[in-house]
Amino acid sequence: MAMNYNAKDEVDGGPPCPPGGTAKTRRPDNTAFKQQRLPAWQPILTAGTVLPTFFIIGLIFIPIGIGIFVTSNNIREIEGNVFMYYGLSNFYQNHRRYVKSRDDGQLNGDPSALLNPSKECEPYRRNEDKPIAPCGAIANSMFNDTLELFQVGNASDLMPITLKKKGIAWWTDKNVKFRNPPGTDPLEERFKGTTKPVNWVKPVYMLDSDEDNNGFINEDFIVWMRTAALPTFRKLYRLIERKNDLHPTLPAGRYYLNITYNYPVHSFDGRKRMILSTISWMGGKNPFLGIAYITIGSISFLLGVVLLVINHKYRNSSNTADITI
Amino acid sequence: MFRRSFNRFCAGEEKRVGTRTVFVGNHPVSETEAYIAQKFCDNRIISSKYTLWNFLPKNLFEQFRRIANFYFLIIFLIQVTVDTPTSPITSGLPLFFVITVTAIKQGYEDWLRHRADNEVNKSTVYIIENAKRVKKESEKIKVGDIVEVQADETFPCDLILLSSCTVDGTCYVTTASLDGESNCKTHYAVRDTIELRTVESIDNLRAAIECEQPQSDLYKFVGRINIYSNSLEAVARSLGPENLLLKGATLKNTKKIYGVAVYTGMETKMALNYQGKSQKRSAVEKSINAFLIVYLFILLTKAAICTTLKYVWQSTPYNDEPWYNQKTQKERETWKVLKMFTDFLSFMVLFNFIIPVSMYVTVEMQKFLGSFFISWDNDFYDEEINEGALVNTSDLNEELGQVDYVFTDKTGTLTENSMEFIECCIDGHKYKGVAQETDGLSQTDGPLPYLDRADKNREELFLRALCLCHTVEVKPNDTVDGVTESSELTYMSSSPDEIALVKGAKKYGFTFVGVQNGYMRVENQRKEIEEYELLHTLNFDSVRRRMSVIVKTQSGDILLFCKGADSAVFPRVQNHEIDLIKVHVEHNAMEGYRTLCIAFKEIAPDDYERVNRQLIEAKMALQDREEKMEKVFDEIETDMHLIGATAVEDKLQDQAAETIEALHAAGLKVWVLTGDKMETAKSTCYACRLFQTNTELLELTTKTIEESERKEDRLHELLTEYRKKLLREFPKSTRSLKKAWTEHQEYGLIIDGSTLSLILNSSQDSGSNNYRSIFLQICMKCTAVLCCRMAPLQKAQIVRMVKNLKGSPITLSIGDGANDVSMILESHVGIGIKGKEGRQASRNSDYAVPKFKHLKKLLLAHGHLYYVRIAHLVQYFFYKPLYDAAYLTMYNICFTSLPILAYSLLEQHINIDTLTSDPRLYMKISGNAMLQLGPFLYWTFLAAFEGTVFFFGTYFLFQTTSLDENGKVYGNWTFGTIIFTILVFTVTLKLALDTRFWTWINHLVIWGSLAFYVFFSFFWGGIIWPFLKQQRMYFIFAQMLSSVSIWLTIILLIFVSLSPEMLRIVLRSVRRRKSES
Repeated sequence: MAMNYNAKDEVDGGPPCPPGGTAKTRRPDNTAFKQQRLPAWQPILTAGTVLPTFFIIGLIFIPIGIGIFVTSNNIREIEGNVFMYYGLSNFYQNHRRYVKSRDDGQLNGDPSALLNPSKECEPYRRNEDKPIAPCGAIANSMFNDTLELFQVGNASDLMPITLKKKGIAWWTDKNVKFRNPPGTDPLEERFKGTTKPVNWVKPVYMLDSDEDNNGFINEDFIVWMRTAALPTFRKLYRLIERKNDLHPTLPAGRYYLNITYNYPVHSFDGRKRMILSTISWMGGKNPFLGIAYITIGSISFLLGVVLLVINHKYRNSSNTADITI
Repeated sequence: MFRRSFNRFCAGEEKRVGTRTVFVGNHPVSETEAYIAQKFCDNRIISSKYTLWNFLPKNLFEQFRRIANFYFLIIFLIQVTVDTPTSPITSGLPLFFVITVTAIKQGYEDWLRHRADNEVNKSTVYIIENAKRVKKESEKIKVGDIVEVQADETFPCDLILLSSCTVDGTCYVTTASLDGESNCKTHYAVRDTIELRTVESIDNLRAAIECEQPQSDLYKFVGRINIYSNSLEAVARSLGPENLLLKGATLKNTKKIYGVAVYTGMETKMALNYQGKSQKRSAVEKSINAFLIVYLFILLTKAAICTTLKYVWQSTPYNDEPWYNQKTQKERETWKVLKMFTDFLSFMVLFNFIIPVSMYVTVEMQKFLGSFFISWDNDFYDEEINEGALVNTSDLNEELGQVDYVFTDKTGTLTENSMEFIECCIDGHKYKGVAQETDGLSQTDGPLPYLDRADKNREELFLRALCLCHTVEVKPNDTVDGVTESSELTYMSSSPDEIALVKGAKKYGFTFVGVQNGYMRVENQRKEIEEYELLHTLNFDSVRRRMSVIVKTQSGDILLFCKGADSAVFPRVQNHEIDLIKVHVEHNAMEGYRTLCIAFKEIAPDDYERVNRQLIEAKMALQDREEKMEKVFDEIETDMHLIGATAVEDKLQDQAAETIEALHAAGLKVWVLTGDKMETAKSTCYACRLFQTNTELLELTTKTIEESERKEDRLHELLTEYRKKLLREFPKSTRSLKKAWTEHQEYGLIIDGSTLSLILNSSQDSGSNNYRSIFLQICMKCTAVLCCRMAPLQKAQIVRMVKNLKGSPITLSIGDGANDVSMILESHVGIGIKGKEGRQASRNSDYAVPKFKHLKKLLLAHGHLYYVRIAHLVQYFFYKPLYDAAYLTMYNICFTSLPILAYSLLEQHINIDTLTSDPRLYMKISGNAMLQLGPFLYWTFLAAFEGTVFFFGTYFLFQTTSLDENGKVYGNWTFGTIIFTILVFTVTLKLALDTRFWTWINHLVIWGSLAFYVFFSFFWGGIIWPFLKQQRMYFIFAQMLSSVSIWLTIILLIFVSLSPEMLRIVLRSVRRRKSES
């Protein structure tokens, strides 16, 4: 009989329920939502609707891919602004110990963080009892080779090519994220009480003579601080601006690259590179995107054709709704 | 002297564990006896789980017992203690969110309980103390207090009725809130205390009540009251359930009563019955757990592989510690093994997102909100009882789409349980009612036409028996002055059969008017009132399957009338009488009517004395009262004379047959478990098309078995024979069984209770296991099984048996009566019918619907949809976070949870109407089809594929110098953001592809969440966050969007990762075409 009686709702005695029953209606509301009858758009994804998508995608992707591919291949010619990159390989800027090793507060000019850097900077936090500015492994390992480019003239004379230092970092980084410690004093005063990173030759306030490119807002430094995603990476080093429309920026000829070698890479089996490149609307030379678009577009188109054929073979039946799960 | 020894006896008994002694009014019963104050609990009801103080620890403890929560706690702790790549916030926040939400929900529920408790505990009651009415709070009631209860009040604790305002010391009580039976039940006071109707007199009562210790059975109470009336010796009276007023019941139609509290607070029967429902877990949840374990395994492997790789990579010193990236002193000094271990842990933490924390919240929410749709469904609304469906648990929504076996009760479930008196047979003469009984208002127009008449006396005796042998009550309002119009009578009884019988008798001219002062009043065909003194009622129980009354006629004869099932009555009457009636009974049973046999017996006064004494003795017994009563009943109900039999029709419920057919078509196996007799049940089964005309019936009943000498041998023979037969039909095609059904001969099995117990309980040496397995084999091969003559426990036994079958099929039980409760609780999904046999079934069920026909929609539409929804939900969650989304995983909650939640609530991949009309669709999802290894692997590989596409796509993109027209370079954070953006879009768009039912909510949520993602990313990267230590996300997103290449890549990769899904859609539709052509 009543084996297991559950009085969950009756703790409060429950409303007395006379045999007559209450008159109150308990009919559920007849609203579309409650009856699960909301008006709904019921797209039926059948071969008929999906196949055109394949075609369309194919038709769109292939031209885009070709466009990209062509653009990408054209980047070789040194016209327009030329960008000078340095490249490092086997350098793990994405190592997690490395990536963390910085203090964004300090870099943003926070005076307290300047003198008391974050613990994340260990072991590059303090040196000889003085806080390091900028602290951390990233800053400490900043690329410090100097690259100079000369055009070899007719008489084997070297004509230096103007390399623009500014305009290589993100605008927001340069103007918002990175700031020197506040004050009107000379930079050296503002960094007082700190010491240079162990591996650096010069302290941070002597990175450049230009006041607007010195200290934390030195653009070389900012670029370095934007850690790369992959162990083989390139970073923007200098800009070579086009002087006028008549001449190519770097006309064909012999060039001389002078490297002041400071940066050791042999210890980690690394390589250094210098890259000169122009840039299109879609960035630097990268055949991947173009090829990918062409491939995917073609596959999609092919697939569309194949499926259309298969689909057509069985088209005899009526187009019932797809009711499988 | 006698009293002393008696008291000593009592005291001795008191120390026995089984009883307690209550002093009425807390007065010592006599000066000589020391008043021993016993400690009982107070009358406070505590249904709440927590107090203000222990809420936090207790709740947290309970939450962390859940394996997933515990897992995330561990991860969180690892993140806090060990140096890990991800911040503890990423796993701590979701965990915190989950825990908080659950805690708030539970806290709120508990607060409601607290409030309800308080309402009960602080309600005012009146207690008689020192001959005065004292107003008190309910929780202050002590055991032994005399409590006054007024009409329409609920009893504050379990009371023994002492007296009521009526002369005969009765009161009416409705236990609607306890067991749902809304009819008034009469409770009696002990004869000696009836007179104590004033405050003063009741206070002077000196009595002690001995009763058993609290126990939870609502219908059992054994006690004894010793009344010390005038300092002479104590009068002992027995107390039974009819004297006990239960807390929670309501006093009706009685102005006020006095009662003494025997059980208070948490010891009341109601409180003892308060218990959480046993946790039923759905198959989907089990699948989730299985997947979790797989993923945990993957996680561990992944972490182990990564740790190994890490150390391989680090073995070259310049990789381990290049000059630019030196370790701290501490790191260098760390013990290597420990370091490896922490590395392993941190990899685990890094990848822990493959086990989705938010899934549990979403699944819970989906279930909770989803269950509203069931209770909101207008189709479940029933005009008659003015109620819709009731959802008692939300955990099993999807289980409704998974049912393999349906066990249904017959009476009240398949049938209406509104009985209609069809015909009767007196001494072999058949009387058939022609006019349809509509209700109590129909006119009594004398004897109805009958085929040929029996002896007039016998006829009247039969009709009197019908009028007397029952426990029907006439609604008391109408019988106050005894003279009532017959048309105004309203009969109430716990059994509709009895009402039908009484109404039937009325048609033939004998009207039962009511009970007054222990006299049953019957108006005979000549409109005269006959009075019969009701001496004893031998109540109906399902073991005896009969009931009797002993009455004294006006002429002083003592008569016993007995009615019961034929099998219960036939052995107790003269053989020659049986033959006359048996034909009719069997004929009626074939027609699907419920038959009852009526017998009587005259008891000589001497015999009555003896019987009376035995009965009283049995009723007085403190120990084993039930057994003793039964024995006495058994002795009394012998040597009776059969007068006749009745046939009552139990109409089939509306659309019962259609529902059964639909369930069959959906591949469900329907078993009917009933307490009814075989013939009746069989005809019902035919009527509701459970058995078709071409179904070959296999019978395993006492009838087929008793033909031979040794039952067990015969049983064995039959079993093997049937098995052979079936195996020939289905040559090892268990897998295509469903298909086989439609093509082969259908088999139906009929088994009855006694045979079943023979099979299940046969002695060990005869190999009961063997029987059992053969029986199960037979059962599984049959389309329909009918089990008749089942005791409630046997029903549960059957369900358990099927539940434990190989492959553990999902069982669903549906029933309406108290006798179905056990099977409802036993099965995976229990469904109660809000029927006429009280509400116990619906209270104990997981879902309650008004009618059997609603089962069709519940299973075919709701069950199906919920299953598909939750399956998608779960798959989606296991698919979603497979990529290393690292620190951005906290977005999971906001960005990608809402769309899937909306999807999982609103999706109707097939129209509801289609679902109900085409039950074959149900088969497609049976056996947890969508959460099997195949789909699971598909989703996992899909996820892995997409992860690969995302990573390498972006990787190749980053091979270039710059992605921007101004030549600037992007860093690792951009890399991550690109991947994450693609991820969010792909995941959401994939969901959009899967959505087949776009309501405005879907649109809002899907597009809204994408928009929100973009907005949030801008915002998050838009300003320097003053309270954060690092600003690595600063302007990444905006900068990212300024690059055309990145746009192109994102679009490309989204397309690539969605293409398998699109391909699948095309291929599927092609395949379908193929199969169609």
